Amino acid sequence: MKKIFLLLTVFTLAVILSIGSLTKKNTEAAPVAELKEKYSKPQKPSADHSKFIQLKKKFTAPEQVTEACISCHTERHKEVMKSSHWNWEREEYIEGRGIRYVGKKNILNNFCIGISSNEQSCNKCHIGYGWGDAKFNFNDSSRVDCLACHDNSNAYIKQSAGAGMPDPSVNLSYVAQHVGKPLRTNCGTCHFFSGGGNNVKHGDLESALFDPSRDVDVHMAGNGVNLQCVDCHTAEKHQMLGKMYSVSSMNRNRSTCEQCHGELPHKSDVINEHTIKVACQTCHIPEYAKVNSTKMYWDWSTAGKLKNGEPYEETDSLDNDVYMSIKGSFYWERNVKPEYIWFNGTASHYLMGDSIKGNGPVQMNTLYGDYNDPEAKIIPVKIHRANQIYDPVYKTLIQPHTYGAKKGEGAFWQDFNWKTSAASGMKAVNLPFSGKYDFIQTEMYWPVNHMVSPKEKAVQCNECHTRENSRIGNLRDFYMPGRDSNAAIEWFGIGAIVISLVGISVHGTMRIVMKKKNRKEKNS
Amino acid sequence: MKREYVYRAFERFWHWMQALLIFFLALTGFEIHGSIHFFGFEQAVTLHNGAATMFLILIAFAIFWHLTTGEWRQYIPTAKNLRAQVEYYIFGIFRNAPHPTKKTVLSKLNPLQKIVYAALKILVIPVMVVSGLLYMFYRYPQKHGIESLNISGLETIALLHTAGAFFLIAFVVVHLYLITTGQSLTSNLKAMITGYEELESEHTPEQPSEPLAGEQTV
Repeated sequence: MKKIFLLLTVFTLAVILSIGSLTKKNTEAAPVAELKEKYSKPQKPSADHSKFIQLKKKFTAPEQVTEACISCHTERHKEVMKSSHWNWEREEYIEGRGIRYVGKKNILNNFCIGISSNEQSCNKCHIGYGWGDAKFNFNDSSRVDCLACHDNSNAYIKQSAGAGMPDPSVNLSYVAQHVGKPLRTNCGTCHFFSGGGNNVKHGDLESALFDPSRDVDVHMAGNGVNLQCVDCHTAEKHQMLGKMYSVSSMNRNRSTCEQCHGELPHKSDVINEHTIKVACQTCHIPEYAKVNSTKMYWDWSTAGKLKNGEPYEETDSLDNDVYMSIKGSFYWERNVKPEYIWFNGTASHYLMGDSIKGNGPVQMNTLYGDYNDPEAKIIPVKIHRANQIYDPVYKTLIQPHTYGAKKGEGAFWQDFNWKTSAASGMKAVNLPFSGKYDFIQTEMYWPVNHMVSPKEKAVQCNECHTRENSRIGNLRDFYMPGRDSNAAIEWFGIGAIVISLVGISVHGTMRIVMKKKNRKEKNS
Repeated sequence: MKREYVYRAFERFWHWMQALLIFFLALTGFEIHGSIHFFGFEQAVTLHNGAATMFLILIAFAIFWHLTTGEWRQYIPTAKNLRAQVEYYIFGIFRNAPHPTKKTVLSKLNPLQKIVYAALKILVIPVMVVSGLLYMFYRYPQKHGIESLNISGLETIALLHTAGAFFLIAFVVVHLYLITTGQSLTSNLKAMITGYEELESEHTPEQPSEPLAGEQTV
């Protein structure tokens, strides 16, 4: 017996000691103070481009500026022309599909749907000049638009529906002499306004980030470290870190919080432990679209109504479009609580021509992952839902022809005729169109990564660890304290306590009754 | 009757500290479980973990004390008088029958207590400690350097820990009631507070009381 107790003591001590030594951590995070110091120092460029003779002349075409750039930066255009910013596609391995070349060039979304046949308008945001139709020459280096990203004067704008050409009003010489490292204004011009307006697509990328408060974005706030996009989305030979899973599929080349903050950035072990299964963004971005609304639902089926033969628009009290004849009806939200999913960094997509199974919602992109996947973490997402045009006979989503300069060429925004628009668009992508069209519900997943709140505003424990209205109440493939319980154990447990209470009450009452009775008998 | 020193200082300290910790662990634990709301989830976790660490230290001292004093022998289960003890609680107690087991300094637990406390010590408490430690220190397989502990989820650990907690509460309910079944209503309580208790002289022969004629035991 003594031996058993000795063994037990030794065992207990061994357990305590081994757990103590097993949990030692050797990963140390860079203290936030150091990061603040490093990133708040203003960058001084090594060259003043306004002093370069090559740039001190009158440029009559933007291609001349590009040639001037290349005359000094002799190899840079080659790097640019390998980038996804130029090609609008990447080589991706898609699970179950193999290697595909996918990107904005050929992937459909559930906003403006797709660029094919609409290049003249959509490709305003391409970093090239003149991609107005399918015939664009991707090997012509003079068409690289250096200024879109490197203009530091804030005077460069691209022409509306100009296939990526600069607005005629731009003074190219002035802009060319004021170039430098990309600023938020460069990236934001396209990435904040994607989908046809401010904050339409992402929800966490919008014009408020040009000059946000600390509450809106702790990293980009002017009175904070004032990070530029490229501080995190670093580039090596013009290949930017980071991409969006609306158009990419593989777990590579991601821009992460851990780049700066390390894997275990918290003082508390319990919180650090969460990072195994919970992405930083999940707790640190409690809501997105903090300043301006973002589009949550887009119903294309109502598009095409006219007033006196003319298209019209309706807006809500916050000046958001709620109806546009050219696009249909929208539902917007502000200060949105994200939805949450498991994500392992790989995604699949609806590829043009894929046949639709069932009645929807069609998944425009599918983000993979579950609790048992060691790579997967819980991430916040914006799920954009839409009702968009499809071919009920061939069971494919339709690439409609929307933008057009003239009436009668099939562009929906001119003719308001879905049939000719669908025919023209599907012809452009070489896919068959049955002549019949209908609308189907679709869903698209947008991971939320920006608008990180100050730590005091991070999601609190009890917003997830609660039985009712848990933020991650939809993720049921694991046990979470505070949220989950086992019905059998609850019943048996509460039952045991109730039986004990009833038992002692009955026993106690009987003792009192019997005592009185015994006393009476004794007295009598 | 003789006034004896039954519960020594450490024993009493251990007992009341354990009582306090179990109460506190139950309070914070059931908040973590989502059954009650008092401290708030975050604070409940911190307090529960703190109290658990104190409990572990207390257990280490208690094991040492039991081994060095030989008091652990008090808990060796015995079948002797077990039936009589059960019958006493079911029948004898209502007719003022004497306790079937005489309490002495060397044998202060009745056979039922021996079995229940032994079970607590070698089953319930170890289950709670081990599941609690795993609960605190579990890591998802092979992330962040804990390669020897491959646990893919909390479910089993958490359910075991919860079941143990329910059992302990049920135990405490009955335990608190049984305080009143000593020589007098408060003699057990007084003994555990002061350490002294009026005991029948040790040389009195132990006589299990027989159930009265005509009564059947369960």
